[in-house]
Amino acid sequence: MSKVRVLNISRVLMVLLLVGLPILSRSQQQGDEDRLSEGPEPIAEKELDFSAFIQHHIADDYLFHIAGDIAVPLPVIIYESGKGFDMFLSSAFHHTDENHLSRGRYLYHHGKLFIPDLNADGTVQMGEDGHLAGKHEATLGDLISGNKHVFYNFSITKNVFGLLLGVSLLMIIFFSVASKYKSRPNQAPKGFQGMMEVIILFIQNDVARPFITEKKVNRFLPYLLTLFFFILINNLLGLIPIFPGSANVTGNIAITMSLAVLSLLMVIINGNKHFWGHIINPPGVPLVVKFLLVPIELIGIVTKSFSLMIRLFANITAGHIIIMSIIGITFIIQSYAVGIVTSLFSVAMFTLEVLVAFIQAFIFTLLTAQMIGQAVDEGHHAEVKSSHH
Amino acid sequence: MELLNPNVGLVFWMMISFLLLLALLRKFAWKPILSAIKSREESIHKALNAASEAEKKLSSLKSENEALLAQAKKERDEILKEAREAREHMISEAKEKAQQEAGLLLASAREGIQNEKMKAITDLRNQVAVLSIEIAERILKERLSDEHKQKEVMDSILKEVTLN
Repeated sequence: MSKVRVLNISRVLMVLLLVGLPILSRSQQQGDEDRLSEGPEPIAEKELDFSAFIQHHIADDYLFHIAGDIAVPLPVIIYESGKGFDMFLSSAFHHTDENHLSRGRYLYHHGKLFIPDLNADGTVQMGEDGHLAGKHEATLGDLISGNKHVFYNFSITKNVFGLLLGVSLLMIIFFSVASKYKSRPNQAPKGFQGMMEVIILFIQNDVARPFITEKKVNRFLPYLLTLFFFILINNLLGLIPIFPGSANVTGNIAITMSLAVLSLLMVIINGNKHFWGHIINPPGVPLVVKFLLVPIELIGIVTKSFSLMIRLFANITAGHIIIMSIIGITFIIQSYAVGIVTSLFSVAMFTLEVLVAFIQAFIFTLLTAQMIGQAVDEGHHAEVKSSHH
Repeated sequence: MELLNPNVGLVFWMMISFLLLLALLRKFAWKPILSAIKSREESIHKALNAASEAEKKLSSLKSENEALLAQAKKERDEILKEAREAREHMISEAKEKAQQEAGLLLASAREGIQNEKMKAITDLRNQVAVLSIEIAERILKERLSDEHKQKEVMDSILKEVTLN
């Protein structure tokens, strides 16, 4: 019953996201162009451009904004082919625009970094389409399309900072829990250790064991546990509205893609003869159908991981967008009465998002366990054979 | 769309930190924790088994005790019964003996009485005989004190003789 409800929630959020994103991104682009052509924005206009603000929050950034102009500077590490590494603090981006490039090269704009091509007189070159001409940070799309007009960004950005924070917290938490087990062997778990044990046992008994055969479950349990707690802690840290939380780590496609690729690799590496045999050469299927079935099966493996990537990304991003949109209503309407109502509503949304944080971590882990379970399943034929011997 | 295009740098950091996390947690957290949970599970299992075995032993001990008690009771009852029988036996024996002795005593007493009686009777007879002789003597003496009377007796006796 809870699964159905989860699917409903994620479907609603997906719809909201799909409807909301094009609108948001269009206004973002408009904002970019306006700013580049007009210089600094007036304050009143800045306050009202809430979709750009949300977009900014959802995306990664080189600075960690706390409030107003106060931001935590983070190390920027840029690799440009032919020029090597460049390292500096992001406080260098303070008070820069297209006329005052930081370090003479970098243009920081709305959380994005550019290396604009310069004219002979030192002004920023504009492309034929009116956009900036120059290098931008490399994305996976650039790597695939072979776009050489990029630089590589290995900066400790807001998301990398959030990521490292989550990873460190996980290490601190579970090393201390492990030491509790060592110091109190064969005793009932106590306090925080007990709380963690409940979750660990839940992953072991209700996520891993139903899908993965008993012989192999211990091999994949460390991966599933790490996966679950990694997603969970980053989901929860992302919900903390102030520094050092609030980084939208699990709502970033790079993170969810990496997790999905790792899950896919687990399937590809650990897939046994039985699993691949059924995909490459499905038994009991006419040859003609095989030409249709094998590509579908191969695509099916990838789409499962793809849906993992999109599901986590969309759910978490949608949650952040909804919460910020609700808060934004107050500032757009500028009414105290609305503020009270939206505050209550945002509290409700935060509560829901905490639930979603757990559910999404659970679903990602559950589906990964299912994928691995299918890949390492010995199949019923083997069981029948062995029982005959 | 910007949002759906993963940044290479972020993927790089993500892979490094996640794989490092996985390796470290696997070695220093998950393995110790899972093995600790498993060993605790086993020790609990062992303890439960030991407890149920102890309970079994206890119950067998109890039944043994009960059997012992029952046997003891039975033995006690038997001893009591034997004692009762012995007592009754002794009483009846004593009664019999007493009766016998009483009978014997009575018989000897009766014999003694009989003997005494006979002795008394013979004594009495002797005395009566002596007395009658004395009386006869005295009467004879009286009767034969004068001639006349002597003659009379003689006559009577002779008379009788002649009759023969």
